[in-house]
Amino acid sequence: MKYTEDHEWLRLDGDLIVVGITDHAATQLGDVVFVELPEIETQVAKGDEIVVIESVKAASDILAPLDGEIVEVNDALDANPALVNEDPMGDAWFFKLKVDDVRALDDYMTEDEYKDHIGD
Amino acid sequence: MAGDDLKTLVLADLHAELGAKFVPFAGYSMPVQYARGVMGEHLWTRENAGLFDVSHMGQVMLPDGSDAALEALVPVDVMGLAEGRQRYGFFTNEQGGVLDDLMIARVPRGLFLVVNAACKDADIAHLRAHINGVETIEGRALLALQGPKAEAALAQVIPEAGQMRFMDSARLDWNGVELWISRSGYTGEDGYEISVPDAEADAFARALLADDRVEPIGLGARDSLRLEAGLPLYGQDMDPSISPVEAGQAWAIGKVRRAGGDRAGGFPGADTILDQIANKPPRRRVGLLPDGRAPMRAGVEIFASEDAATPIGVITSGGFGPTLGAPMALALIEAGTPTDAVLYGDVRGKRLPATQTKLPFTPPGYKR
Repeated sequence: MKYTEDHEWLRLDGDLIVVGITDHAATQLGDVVFVELPEIETQVAKGDEIVVIESVKAASDILAPLDGEIVEVNDALDANPALVNEDPMGDAWFFKLKVDDVRALDDYMTEDEYKDHIGD
Repeated sequence: MAGDDLKTLVLADLHAELGAKFVPFAGYSMPVQYARGVMGEHLWTRENAGLFDVSHMGQVMLPDGSDAALEALVPVDVMGLAEGRQRYGFFTNEQGGVLDDLMIARVPRGLFLVVNAACKDADIAHLRAHINGVETIEGRALLALQGPKAEAALAQVIPEAGQMRFMDSARLDWNGVELWISRSGYTGEDGYEISVPDAEADAFARALLADDRVEPIGLGARDSLRLEAGLPLYGQDMDPSISPVEAGQAWAIGKVRRAGGDRAGGFPGADTILDQIANKPPRRRVGLLPDGRAPMRAGVEIFASEDAATPIGVITSGGFGPTLGAPMALALIEAGTPTDAVLYGDVRGKRLPATQTKLPFTPPGYKR
């Protein structure tokens, strides 16, 4: 598992990258009430805002961690956005991204580095 | 806690002990939520009793004999305000907009005002320019106890509080401490606002929190509660460019201050405001229920159709209503818009439909 500075986790699943947000981010966001997911087959560039998470407090974005194509989204979040608070590191993944070269993941933080990043 | 020049609440240590997260708000470091979170705190307040620290708000005393001078600043029937009663009102400007909203209570030896934190310095200067003997009350915290169990919880420590009616104001004793209490609030629930001397604030708050029905509630839930109750927030739903009539607050303008009344007009912007009451304002406030799950927040432009080029209004407050279980918003739209028209909010480039609805979004619990 790798981590971004924007509090996303990135998990390798075969040749796909599964993207979610960390426990820390879910706690900071508070109760999530709506998730806007991208369309399947969307081509995204690193840094694009591709998911909107609305909590009771505010809206925030998830950025594409790498260039690639959205191949699957987690429809369970449409019916139950609160899943983001209940299981952010597991069932509440947002999308799966197909990238040219999964080795690009190596540029992101390890769990220890991420813990340092959030001052845990 | 961010910011070095933020003012700290007298109960900051208690909030920290209760697990508060703090945010800067109106120059103060304020508890925005506790461990329960905004959603849980909101629902708790609707079902039980929530304790809010609103000590950032301004508390002001005007001496006896200030009624006429205050009536020159607010379109409220101040002279008709009986001892022990409170009224809601607002300071208006010459353009008919709102400078701030406030509570006015008739208390022994004068009028007690509570004004918004972000406006209090300007309000006090405005009052002092027109009224002699304006006294800012320093050294008193302000707490709000809100919810259907607020009466039972407060009566546990101050039995006489149970006898108060909605918008009553009283000075009651708690263990030898004089509390200034009104039966009011800004959540849509029954409840009280209680001014307590700083030195006793911690003990009093703990006495309330010792009751299982009472939980501390932060600013986050305060905002969702007031929005569900259809209560406008100064700085968002009312401001110097929005008239109280447009904001849906004309009900607070006393009959005697309206056209044909004994003391008609005589407040800043009276010509504009009274004309708007008689002939409809250019814009009106509406409640909106977005059709989907996506909240429409403040600043979202409102259109009459999916492809209209020009907006007919804007959302002034919007979010998710935990009790409503759906998104909700207040918008200011062109007055000619049909009341049954489906409107469209532009959310991140998509036109999403929303239905106009009556306010409040959830039924009020006031004890009239």
